[in-house]
Amino acid sequence: MQRIINFILRFRNAFLYGFLVLISLVMTVRSHSYHQSKFFNSSKWISGSVYGWGADMSAYFGLRQENQKLLAENERLLKLLFNAPVDSIQTMDSTFLQFPVMGARLIKNSIASPRNYLTIDKGEQQGVHQDMGVIALGGILGIVENVSNNYATVQSVLNTKSNINAKIKNSQHFGSLIWNAKDHNTVQLIDIPRLVPLVVGDTIVTGGMSSIFPENIPIGTIKKYELNPSRTYYNIEVSLFNDMGNIRNVYIIGNRDREEIMALEERTTNE
Amino acid sequence: MNNAAFLTLVRFVFLVLAQVLIFNSLNFLGTVNPMVYAIFFYWYPLKTNRALFMLIGFFLGLTIDIFSDTLALNAIASLTVAYARPVILRFCFGVNYEFQNFSFKNTTKLQRLTFLALLVLIHHLIFFSLEVFSFAHFLLILRKVFTTGLVTLVLCALLSSLFSPKTE
Repeated sequence: MQRIINFILRFRNAFLYGFLVLISLVMTVRSHSYHQSKFFNSSKWISGSVYGWGADMSAYFGLRQENQKLLAENERLLKLLFNAPVDSIQTMDSTFLQFPVMGARLIKNSIASPRNYLTIDKGEQQGVHQDMGVIALGGILGIVENVSNNYATVQSVLNTKSNINAKIKNSQHFGSLIWNAKDHNTVQLIDIPRLVPLVVGDTIVTGGMSSIFPENIPIGTIKKYELNPSRTYYNIEVSLFNDMGNIRNVYIIGNRDREEIMALEERTTNE
Repeated sequence: MNNAAFLTLVRFVFLVLAQVLIFNSLNFLGTVNPMVYAIFFYWYPLKTNRALFMLIGFFLGLTIDIFSDTLALNAIASLTVAYARPVILRFCFGVNYEFQNFSFKNTTKLQRLTFLALLVLIHHLIFFSLEVFSFAHFLLILRKVFTTGLVTLVLCALLSSLFSPKTE
């Protein structure tokens, strides 16, 4: 016994090292397989507030540019509104909207890692839940992953775990949008059947198959495409509309029917 | 709390804030975000309780992890650097670093730079290997270690000469 204790005491630093590495590996590997770490993420109040202060300060450097972007977006939306048929606007009562929209500020951005997460300054108290969609002016950005009281983290489309239903705008064929971690301006659309006619420059939008994003939110354009090794599906390189490194204001999109859809799907797969 | 512990605490807070607010959003040449906080292991006092040093390193890494949503990757990398520091010290400065009167003052610039470079290299190698987590992307890991490591090294060398003690 004495010897064992002596042995442990002699190599106590090595034991401490092994112990701490083990803890961190468990934390890392467990969240590798499924979700982002539940307890250690930047939606927590201390990191959220620090990022909030940082964003407060750096926001002044981009005010003019950001205002111009918002003005352009307003212009586009007003054009749509004024040219829409009159009776389609009458029913727009916010209590009946299927997709409620909420504005938020991006307080932490990241594009350099293979698994990028963003942080926004709206949380549970403002009605943000897990699995809400997040978009910016140019198109989709990601999906809400963890929520704290006043902040939320977003799994970016630039994340190797991201998998979003998307389709080609003019032909309605849908596939999965993934990212291979190589270039932060390009994502990949896979599982588009071989018979689909493709043209470089075609627009890719979100498909209606998921209950997260509404249909037809822009994503990007086809940069190039090739058949996969088994020559049955296309692998399409999509260049994103959003400049992912330069985003300050985002919109969070909910779906009032999501719970119903999820419950129905759950029941169907269980039977 | 004595002077050295206070200085370490100030460096801890300062480096975490600098890392998460400035260097993590640098995106130099597209995607290079230097991990400048590794200079903490260069600045930390040489004569130290090793277990305490490892714990502090671990928590430094974990704090950075919480801010940058990188699971516990920074924690492992920092912990390993803290654990391996005595070996690196012996490699760079020879056995005399263990003597009582040893300090950075009587070492050459090249020795200190080698010491810093090895700390950064080990830190980045572990961080990016675990981040990419696949040996199929070996070249990607090497490229990231090289580019990010070089930028980190330059910034750390600048910081270390900027905040070096005046008595030198």
